[in-house]
Amino acid sequence: MNMARRHKLRIVLVVLAAIHSLIFLAGFFAPYHFAAQNREFAYAPPARLHFVDAQGRFHLRPFVYNLKRSPGARGGFEPDETQIHPLQFFVTGARYSIAGLFPCSVHMFGVNEPGRIFLLGTDGFGRDQLSRFLYGGQLSLSAGLLAAALSVGLGVFAGALAGFYGGWIDEALMRAGELFLALPWLYLLFAVRAALPLRVAEWQVFLLLIAVIGLIGWARPARLIRGAVLSAKERNFVAAARGFGASSFYLLRRHVLPQASSIALTQLALLIPQYILAEVTLTFLGLGVGEPLPSWGSLFAPLQQYSVLASYWWMLLPAALLVPIFLAYHAAADAMQERLNSVAL
Amino acid sequence: MGSFFSQQQVQATLIAIVLAAAATSAGPALGGFPPEDLLVTDNLPGHSGGVLSVALRSEPKTLNPVLAVDISSREVIRCLTADLIHINRASLKTEPALAKSWRVSPDGLVYTLKLRRGLRFSDGQPFDADDVVFSFQVYLDQKVHAPQRDLLVVGGRPVGVQKIDAETVRFELAKPYAAAERLFDSVAMLPRHLLDSAYREGHFSDLWPMATPPSQFAGLGPFRLKEYVPGVRMVLEPNPYYWKEDRAHNRLPYAGQVVFLFVASEDAQVIRFQSGDTDILSRFSADNYDVLEKQQAAKGYQLFDLGPGLEYNFLFFNLNDLATKNLAEIARKQPWFQEVRFRQAVSAAIDRESMVRLVYGGRATPLWSPVSPGDKLWIDDRIPRLPQSADRARQLLKLAGFNWNSSGALIDAQGNAVEFSILTSSSNAQRTKLATLIQDDLSKLGMNVHVVPLDFRAMVDRLLKSYDYEAAIMGLVNGDTDPNPAMNVWLSSGGTHLWHPNQQKPATTWEGEIDRLMEEQLVTLNYAKRKRLYDRVQEIIAEQLPIICLVSPNILVGAKNRVADFHPAILDPYALWNVEQLYIQ
Repeated sequence: MNMARRHKLRIVLVVLAAIHSLIFLAGFFAPYHFAAQNREFAYAPPARLHFVDAQGRFHLRPFVYNLKRSPGARGGFEPDETQIHPLQFFVTGARYSIAGLFPCSVHMFGVNEPGRIFLLGTDGFGRDQLSRFLYGGQLSLSAGLLAAALSVGLGVFAGALAGFYGGWIDEALMRAGELFLALPWLYLLFAVRAALPLRVAEWQVFLLLIAVIGLIGWARPARLIRGAVLSAKERNFVAAARGFGASSFYLLRRHVLPQASSIALTQLALLIPQYILAEVTLTFLGLGVGEPLPSWGSLFAPLQQYSVLASYWWMLLPAALLVPIFLAYHAAADAMQERLNSVAL
Repeated sequence: MGSFFSQQQVQATLIAIVLAAAATSAGPALGGFPPEDLLVTDNLPGHSGGVLSVALRSEPKTLNPVLAVDISSREVIRCLTADLIHINRASLKTEPALAKSWRVSPDGLVYTLKLRRGLRFSDGQPFDADDVVFSFQVYLDQKVHAPQRDLLVVGGRPVGVQKIDAETVRFELAKPYAAAERLFDSVAMLPRHLLDSAYREGHFSDLWPMATPPSQFAGLGPFRLKEYVPGVRMVLEPNPYYWKEDRAHNRLPYAGQVVFLFVASEDAQVIRFQSGDTDILSRFSADNYDVLEKQQAAKGYQLFDLGPGLEYNFLFFNLNDLATKNLAEIARKQPWFQEVRFRQAVSAAIDRESMVRLVYGGRATPLWSPVSPGDKLWIDDRIPRLPQSADRARQLLKLAGFNWNSSGALIDAQGNAVEFSILTSSSNAQRTKLATLIQDDLSKLGMNVHVVPLDFRAMVDRLLKSYDYEAAIMGLVNGDTDPNPAMNVWLSSGGTHLWHPNQQKPATTWEGEIDRLMEEQLVTLNYAKRKRLYDRVQEIIAEQLPIICLVSPNILVGAKNRVADFHPAILDPYALWNVEQLYIQ
């Protein structure tokens, strides 16, 4: 039983690690730069990988056809079957850098010019949706991770203080937490954005997003940690340690907080997808980083238009891709919760 | 008689209409009123009755024609009121309306208008010269702040209005004014008997709010007020005293009701039109046109692409004098913006064909001057339509002293990297898309451009008041095919001379030249001479590029097949200009 749980957590963590490295190495996995426009291929549907060409010949290496405008019909594309473009691996393409440090121009896959490969289709400027999704994840995932870390960090700090010392410290911190839970944040955010100067650098917007999302959410983990600390500090071994003359700091660090650590981790796993969604919402509403930098939120912004929803179904694909990512996080939270329960038993 | 058609022509049509009217107005004189002098239209008789429903983007703000500035209010008011001389939206020429004929003195300074006899407001009260004099008194009253007032001030003096007799009114201009009869279009005549006392007591601006009861409202338009449900709809019914009839002497309008539904977004309007809730749709994007087009036959409606309208979208830089403003960062960049070769390079780098294709789905026309091909009488065909060329742009920049650093970024002579932001209205998805394309085009020249979408009102505030911006994308719609309503845009002293409004004296020699040309065309009565002057204005703008024109979107309109006699036009209002003739089959 215990082994199976441990196993489940391990699988989930491996999946999450894979997703994050995919996003971290977006430059490598994305066939194109996120801002590269292909104006002749606006709103191109997802490319199909073929093995059999128009003449019925089988190819071992999968290939794509380029698109051309359908004659007569407005706006439609059809495959140009006169030339096949075989899928190539480790091709040289647009330059990018890994973690902003190591310049590189090798991509995992691509096709030779004049071929184009858009596995998730393109947006209204002919930009590859897959590349934008991968690059967009860098911003959205790191915003989610950092904001969740900030929230949980603050929550642990405030919760531990409140639970351990009690009294007026407890009162003040918990009332402040309630205040934070009650504020109408979205409207406050609109006001904050309006008060900022006309052009805010991208990194400033990014930090602002993290600060805002992270600061809003500390109250809930703080309450949970406070509860855990309250019960932990009444345990006999804590009383014993106190009797031996241990300092408050030592008690917190050595005996109390370890009891709360799995709560903090579970909270982290729950908050990350929530905060990714928060970043998506804010960008969707125009409060995020500007064009042409993508984030998952800006990938969804065109979906506000009826014509896009009605005509270009592949614009919904990035939303579908978010589902397994969020499920992985929730599975991680689940597995940790189960472990926590089994330890408590 | 000015403008582009001869006096003889107008007189000939007038005589024809007067004769036709005389032949038909021998009906019985009701209740002691003189027989009505009706206008006989040349359309075939239609069917009476039926409901015509149309969606408005926002709820109208007022029913007062003198105060209305928003599109929705004006759309409704046009159905409720009438003007003396009207611009026919199909022919784009003036035609008699409440005035059945007019005479111009040889010096072009005095217009004498003859009113139709025996007309009545929608509440049954008679209409005569006193109402005309009263209406113009209100429009010209500075305290009322009518948006129409600007156009009615000619040569620095308001138009003089004088009653000769109950059916004759004399208008005096301080200076000759080209196409002056076009000024009368959309200046709605007001009922003196309802508004006079409130006007004298000084609260004209409180008159005719949306909640006005139908009995308190009267106009000379084809319809009159029936019901207003706040937040939902406004219902109009036919005006029984309307002054037009068809060839078979049926009094217009035909529709038994016009219902304006308030539908807040373009997408929602498109969906309601698609589902059959509304009969007519205008002001929608090319993307939605493509969506609607697929179901045209199945859903029983027809779409019309009327080609380029009178809207022009453009990019412009902040050329204001910022000496008194605390905007050092923008002032530092102004030497770039003031360099004409910089502006020419930007224009050369912009891919207008892509804009037409990607932003408007092909339903637009690239522009190199503010006059769109929709305005056939005034466009200067000799303006070169230069294709996009990054090489030409680079040459121009080099000539202007710019250079490129090792990483490919454009730098000025002092070594500063060229970086600026473009404002766009966040509510206009098309213009934001234009900005993103420009951003990409200019990045190929090594310019670092940021797109800043802002709330429209906040943006206009920056453009016209604080001057706190570097560049912006805007669109203007000419109110008429004639150049006169655009005076305010081209004169250096104009309030909508966007790149540098309200100048005391022209800041540059070419702006001085434009001022002189525009003033001259205003008092020139001969069309060919005016055209030469206005052509020169267009050439100066194309050369100096105070505004870099981008595209003119096509006018797109849709109507259900059951709406007959539907003839959309490129001049606002696109769809409902002949609402009195529309009928349900």
